[in-house]
Amino acid sequence: MSDAFEDIVEDFEFLDDWEDRYRHVIDLGKAMAPLEDALKVEMNKVHGCASQVWLYPEISGGVFAFRGDSDAMIVRGLIAVLAALYNGVPVADAARINASAELERLGLHEHLSSQRSNGLKSMVERLRMLAEAAA
Amino acid sequence: MYDVQKIREDFPILSREINGKPLVYLDNGASAQKPQIVIDAINRAYAEEYSNVHRGLHTLSNISTERYEAVRSTIAHFLNAQDENSIIMNSGTTEGINMVAYSWAMPRFEPGDEIVLSVMEHHANIVPWQFLRERQGAVLKWVDVDGDGALDPQAVIDAIGPKTRLVAITQTSNVLGTVVDVKSICAAAREKGVAVLVDGSQGSVHMPVDVQDIGCDFYAITGHKLYGPSGSGAIYVHPDRMREMRPFMGGGDMIREVHKDIVTYNDAPMKFEAGTPGIVQQIGLGVALEYLMDLGMENIAAHEAGLRDYAKRQLEGLNWLQVQGTTADKAAIFSFSLEGAAHPHDISTILDKKGIAVRAGHHCAGPLMDHLGLNATCRASFGMYNTLEEVDKLVEGLELCRDLLG
Repeated sequence: MSDAFEDIVEDFEFLDDWEDRYRHVIDLGKAMAPLEDALKVEMNKVHGCASQVWLYPEISGGVFAFRGDSDAMIVRGLIAVLAALYNGVPVADAARINASAELERLGLHEHLSSQRSNGLKSMVERLRMLAEAAA
Repeated sequence: MYDVQKIREDFPILSREINGKPLVYLDNGASAQKPQIVIDAINRAYAEEYSNVHRGLHTLSNISTERYEAVRSTIAHFLNAQDENSIIMNSGTTEGINMVAYSWAMPRFEPGDEIVLSVMEHHANIVPWQFLRERQGAVLKWVDVDGDGALDPQAVIDAIGPKTRLVAITQTSNVLGTVVDVKSICAAAREKGVAVLVDGSQGSVHMPVDVQDIGCDFYAITGHKLYGPSGSGAIYVHPDRMREMRPFMGGGDMIREVHKDIVTYNDAPMKFEAGTPGIVQQIGLGVALEYLMDLGMENIAAHEAGLRDYAKRQLEGLNWLQVQGTTADKAAIFSFSLEGAAHPHDISTILDKKGIAVRAGHHCAGPLMDHLGLNATCRASFGMYNTLEEVDKLVEGLELCRDLLG
């Protein structure tokens, strides 16, 4: 697991209520560099999300990486969390990440992954497929 | 005296909590909650009185048929239709409008014939007409709404040309809450010999409806928005139009005799109700409509007008909130977005954490979203059991959204 994700887990340990957790997720999204409009194309679009989501793979030398974006702020924050989780991990390992179990460590699991409409499941599935294809 | 607290006690779900907060249910435009008497009626129908309708001579079939058919008169009474035979029972407005498209319009329309509709129609009152465009060259003529969401009835009337065969129009916008003067439109259309279909999916929930006074040819309702079961509904069809309609679905119940070479149909309205209907759903709808009529639709309308005026004032106080649809006499339906980047889904997710249920999305009104230049909005739609305190909770929730997302 990447250090970046462990840092986020550590930060979340200090956040007791859901408002602060959401605020933190939203802030992570705000801090993430936006995806260029040229990459917001059909090929990178993830369907099954209520808002618009794009995930763009940048895999090289057997190391998994992606950048992403969404027009919804909470989803953007989730993408930032997923980036921390997946980026810099060897592709073979990236395909095996149990994202839902990892997000549970943030106390976000029950609020976010249970809602199919926020598309977390679709995003994780896309990342897994990208990693598998590259492995 | 309209005692909203007492009414709330009739709806068991309203006492539950969501995310540890009392439920504030403001998604009535999508579907309304059910009073205990409707839930009890559904239970009783299955536990004690269930059988197929119109088929058997045994006791249960007779009871079931009686209960089911009684709903036809209840609906006729609710809409003040000429008689119960002008009511076709179905699964809701979507089926009702599709039936008009297939049974009445398709056999009659020639290429180039026009259908006038407004840009604020629900997809259920758009896509069936797009079928007619695709399949037999019908032309759709769209009427825009004004900046405040008002629909000028004269603009609709002016759009009626020599080739217009139908005006298909909502009585109340599910996104903006705009109430349309359908009566004036019907009067002018009748003079020109043009039929009018009124989508009453929202309108029938918020005000007393009299289809004869409106003067429409078709009026479609949806049971689940009327505090009845999902899968229940009806459409009123003027007797003259009923005579012009050809059956659209074939099957049991709609026939008189079937042989290898010959089929004869049942009388209307049965002719348009093929197959085993939603027996229990309709029985539940009947109970829901009786419940509404006992309380009085005019009293419900007055209560909701109070909610609308208060919500309007409170939401106007939030100068970072953009509310779509500001006509004075609108239904208590508010679509809004937060200034800046926040997506309606963000707002909905955060409000849900506060126990507040709203809808976020395009609300099945693509052309209206295009017209407003928006992808989606958040919508708070009030119902008969909502309170002024719930308006305050919505405002508090929105302030939190602004704090978190702003």
